[in-house]
Amino acid sequence: QDRCGCVLMMLCDGVCVQAQKLLRERLCHQKLPDQPVGLDSQYKHLLELLRRTAVHGESNSVLIVGPRGSGKTMVRIHEHHFNAAPVAGLLQTDDKIALKEITRQLHLENVVGDKVFGSFAENLAFLLEALKKGDKSSSRPVLFVLDEFDLFAHHKNQTLLYNLLDVSQSAQTPVAVLGLTCRLDVLELLEKRVKSRFSHRQIHLFSSLSFAQYLDVVRAQLSLPPDFPDPKFSDEWNHSVTKLCEDKTVEEILRRNFNGSKDFRSLHSLLFLAVSRVSVSHSTLREADLIEAWRLISVDSKANVLHGLSILELCLIIAMKHLNDTYDGEPFNFQMVHNEFKKFIQRKSHSIHKFEKPVVMKAFEHLLQLELVRPVDSGVCKVQREYQLMRLMLEHGQVMEALQRYPQCPTDVKQWALSAFG
Amino acid sequence: MSRYITRLRMRRTYKWNGRPVGEDRKLKRQYYESMSISVEGKTEDATVSLGQYILIEGDDDDNPFVAQLLKLYTDDSGKKKTAVLQWFVRMCEVPQNKRKLLGRDPHPQEIFFYQDRSCDNEVDGETILGAVQIEYVPVQDPFPVGKSRDILFVKLLWDTKSFRALDPELMQPSQSPKSPPPSSRGPQTRALPTPDPSVMKRAMSGILTRGSMSTGKMSSSEAESLHSASKLSAAKALSAKRRSQAVSGPQVRKKLDLCSPSKNMSRDDVLGELLDERSEKTLTSKLNTSPTGRISISIRLTPLNLNKEECVSPLSSHSPDKPRMTAHDKDDAASVFLGVQPIEDDDPEPLINTGRTPRKREATPRRAGLRGLKARTPSRRKDSAALREPALAALAEEEHEDSPINTAATSRSKRKSAQLVSSRIKKQLNLLGNKIGLQSDGEDGDDDDCFIPSKIDLQSSSDEEEEAKIDSEDELIVKKHRGSGTSRSTEKTRVSARTPRKTPSKKTAPATPRTPRHATPSIPSRTAPARKPGNVLEEARARLHVSSVPESLPCREQEFQDIYNFVESKVIDGTGGCMYISGVPGTGKTATVHEVIRSLQQSAEQDEIPHFRFIEINGMKMTDPHQAYVQILQKLTDQKATPDHAAALLEKRFSAPAPKKETVVLLVDELDLLWTRKQNVMYNLFDWPTRRNARLVVLTIANTMDLPERIMINRVASRLGLTRMSFQPYTFKQLQQIITSRLNRVKAFEEDALQLVSRKVAALSGDARRCLDICRRATEICEHSGSQKNSSGLVGMSHVMEALDEMFSSSYISAIRCASVQEQLFLRAVIAEFRRLGLEEATFQQVFVQHQALCRVEGLQPANVSEGLTVCQRLGSCRLLLLEGSRLDLFLRIRLNVSQDDVLYALKAD
Repeated sequence: QDRCGCVLMMLCDGVCVQAQKLLRERLCHQKLPDQPVGLDSQYKHLLELLRRTAVHGESNSVLIVGPRGSGKTMVRIHEHHFNAAPVAGLLQTDDKIALKEITRQLHLENVVGDKVFGSFAENLAFLLEALKKGDKSSSRPVLFVLDEFDLFAHHKNQTLLYNLLDVSQSAQTPVAVLGLTCRLDVLELLEKRVKSRFSHRQIHLFSSLSFAQYLDVVRAQLSLPPDFPDPKFSDEWNHSVTKLCEDKTVEEILRRNFNGSKDFRSLHSLLFLAVSRVSVSHSTLREADLIEAWRLISVDSKANVLHGLSILELCLIIAMKHLNDTYDGEPFNFQMVHNEFKKFIQRKSHSIHKFEKPVVMKAFEHLLQLELVRPVDSGVCKVQREYQLMRLMLEHGQVMEALQRYPQCPTDVKQWALSAFG
Repeated sequence: MSRYITRLRMRRTYKWNGRPVGEDRKLKRQYYESMSISVEGKTEDATVSLGQYILIEGDDDDNPFVAQLLKLYTDDSGKKKTAVLQWFVRMCEVPQNKRKLLGRDPHPQEIFFYQDRSCDNEVDGETILGAVQIEYVPVQDPFPVGKSRDILFVKLLWDTKSFRALDPELMQPSQSPKSPPPSSRGPQTRALPTPDPSVMKRAMSGILTRGSMSTGKMSSSEAESLHSASKLSAAKALSAKRRSQAVSGPQVRKKLDLCSPSKNMSRDDVLGELLDERSEKTLTSKLNTSPTGRISISIRLTPLNLNKEECVSPLSSHSPDKPRMTAHDKDDAASVFLGVQPIEDDDPEPLINTGRTPRKREATPRRAGLRGLKARTPSRRKDSAALREPALAALAEEEHEDSPINTAATSRSKRKSAQLVSSRIKKQLNLLGNKIGLQSDGEDGDDDDCFIPSKIDLQSSSDEEEEAKIDSEDELIVKKHRGSGTSRSTEKTRVSARTPRKTPSKKTAPATPRTPRHATPSIPSRTAPARKPGNVLEEARARLHVSSVPESLPCREQEFQDIYNFVESKVIDGTGGCMYISGVPGTGKTATVHEVIRSLQQSAEQDEIPHFRFIEINGMKMTDPHQAYVQILQKLTDQKATPDHAAALLEKRFSAPAPKKETVVLLVDELDLLWTRKQNVMYNLFDWPTRRNARLVVLTIANTMDLPERIMINRVASRLGLTRMSFQPYTFKQLQQIITSRLNRVKAFEEDALQLVSRKVAALSGDARRCLDICRRATEICEHSGSQKNSSGLVGMSHVMEALDEMFSSSYISAIRCASVQEQLFLRAVIAEFRRLGLEEATFQQVFVQHQALCRVEGLQPANVSEGLTVCQRLGSCRLLLLEGSRLDLFLRIRLNVSQDDVLYALKAD
């Protein structure tokens, strides 16, 4: 019986791990859905355009503009139908590299293995010659995908853009030039003759997703597929997911996330944290998991840093906050902070010992290293360290919140922080 | 026919009969009526006088050239006798493939009146063999029988294209030569650094050629050819007019003188003479070519004056340490020349006394180099081509008595030193034959001295190409020889006959290992054929694509005509020039130029204008301005070279005289990108056309009208000249016409829709590309909506409106509307903060305070700083906000990239 139970446990364990793996892959690898959500018309437009290039050999150029995470890269699903040459502005940082990459991907004849031979000028001439030789009816269409299109516009003379767009406007090899960017003003970056050669087709991917649709996406993302090996487990799981989405707190969390941004990447990272909390002991997704995930994700980064400070450092932060309040955000120096701190020690403190000045200085420098404090003009002038002007890189609210959460914070320090003027 | 006296090893002496009948003091010429030829061993002198038919020494001893003597003159030195002739041709001189045009078997004694402007009609008077009798036979009549075999019959006229009936009037001797009217600017006034007598003489002969062109007969027949010209465009007529002017008077002569780059001469003393020399050739050929529309470029092969005076083998001058011809004082040229005649000569110099001396030996190497250069002729180039072949050929030529090398050499050899070393040089020549592969025949020598250290191997390939050209025009060459009428022509035929056979193997020689460098650029072909447009809308879309080449370019007729005229005139005149074309993008600049070139090429095909090369470079299509040289060179000669090297080669190509050089039309698109700090690329591009021998027409295109003034330094702008043209943006009517003509009766658009598009685009940019793109998009929209409602199937207003909206409307508003709640709030906070500050810039900290307040107002949980920053960055990446100093964290500076009104409008409508 024991053995039986053990096997069952292992089975159950296996199923759970399997489900977790599947979901993690879905969320972490940014696995794209087969159809974009809420972007049907744009999707159709693009598909039609590419189809015409592929079928009729008509050259086209199009820009896909949308904020980050709106599904621009999803077009690359269709890349394999083409003689495609995707280049990314962040990887191919100049025309020379981009050109080599394109040549490599098109497998032109000056490519041996993965190496592209020839100089930049030769490569350019070669590619242009190749494209020129082709014609509408006989050459295989080429799809150029320029990820981060705006970065290509910063290349010298915009040579690559000019040439690609020029090909798309002349009777050469049919090409489709696809630019992906999140900049709305990308056309202003183009030089006038490059601009003139661009067809001015822009497909905007603005998600007009409603919250209800958003919830549907969450549900779909968390659900196990019907072909999951253990139908019993998957039924159970899916049921729990549906229930989860109806939960008030969960909905609140999702709404906050939705309000923050509509893209799916932030959602994925939230759900990923939640899914990672699933274990054999609790094999379904519970609202607590999601709440915890949300807490982790939404916490302010600087508040986290504040939690790790010593009391002395915290006191210095408070002193600086008071200085900020007193002088309305004007920069201060260490001496001022130290004076403020001394006043506190002398008048109000009962629990805090008197610190030597070098010790205080050391603490201040630690804050400087953490970049909670920053010099006003990065140490250009040779001022003594005590008198260098500094700024506090914290919001009022952040300090107060950190104090609230600080473990075992002395009450007099808290009171000092809350008092209007030091 | 019996052998003529030619072959007899006799020495002939030529004497003027009587006193000169006229004198041209400007040209320092004296005209005579007759000349007597006394042959050694014969008692009586033969006398030839004007109007008589004479025999001219040619390549075929049995069939010397036949001509009618029109003029006889001598230059001031009295040594050189020149004859101006009207040529006749024998059937054997008519190109093989044209002979059948006659339609019957030619009579063995039949000759044809030769009418071809491109043929040089001046020969050395001392090539005249004697008089001959010619009888005119009317076309209908049979050839008389039983007459002496020495009498030749002329029945028809051969104008290089067809046989025509000959007007007996043409046979009448022309009016007696008069001294040409004095021109205001004679050759003496040339800005030569040192008025070298030989240069002067050449200059004169060049001018004389011109003078001879203006004889009445010529101009009348020229007018005829004008009328018969099939092309009737205004451009043609204009240029024809210009041409006729060119041969009609001293003013024109002056103009032509001006064409010669005297500027260049003064620029470089060293090159001065050389350039003068070259320009002379250009002038000659220019003049030769001008009268008819049909010009063979190959004329340059044998301009008369060149033959006489310049015949140093290029071989001998390609590098300083190679043997080099010694140039000689011109005075002796004529007499020395006789030394190489097949008949005996009074010149005592043995033939082997060639003027070849190693250049180093000369007292003034520099000068010698120039002379050598000067002495180079186009015809020699062919010889050198032959010389480049295996040593045997070279040797054979060397041995041959009247080999041009020797001819040339002898004609020059006057210096003692030359005689001393001549035998040695002969050896060297043999050597040259062996190592010929290494050496080029080109003009390296001269240019090496000036600017290229050693680029021999590269030169050779360009020369090869020239030869290829020569080969292709082999047929013409037959006629060319006539121009020379000297012993050299024999050589030439032989050479030209040989070259075509041998050069190909030469060309294939540079077999290179197969590396990726020699990969052929190509795109794989598609598996399924491209589908043809199925319906009206697809058809319309295909036609509206910018790439589809329209049959004609509407609305650019004037510009087309102007450019056409410009290029055509330059091509016909064989001169060079620059033109600057400006206009905003999408106004059809490049398309118009291409159209011009296309139609010019068509007329070149039909032999209405000379052939020319068209080369296109684009500033945008190269990685660096200096690549322009590389691309031009590659397109001209298929050579690859580094930019510096290519520049040097091009420099040489465009400054050196070369036979049969085609005019090159160079289109430089996006000129502004060829700007460099020193502007040497642009300088060269505009300087080359001004060279005498360049025959380069440069058309430049850029966007801004004042580009020359804005970015070019003076010397560049000055060379570009003032031939400017500006393409105005299209008006709405023109745009409408463009679309209509493109659609070409494919009914896909409603009239109003078209008008809307064109008006809209005209108001914004006048960019035809944009206009076509919008129309294309409208057809797509129509296609999609067409399925839903039953409309006319035409593209209507609504579709066009939609397309316009898509392309022109700013996307900011929809972007704001689709933004998330926090993003919208943040934008609102930005505006609130701006209003509070009264500034258009705020720090993140300030905005964030507002943001939190707004969150509370909206009943949302206030975002923390991290979230706020994320939101802010997202807006920044869309460029709804402009962010500065993202390292500053809280003190990040924020500005709006949209107007506040737009933001508020977008948010309010929500």
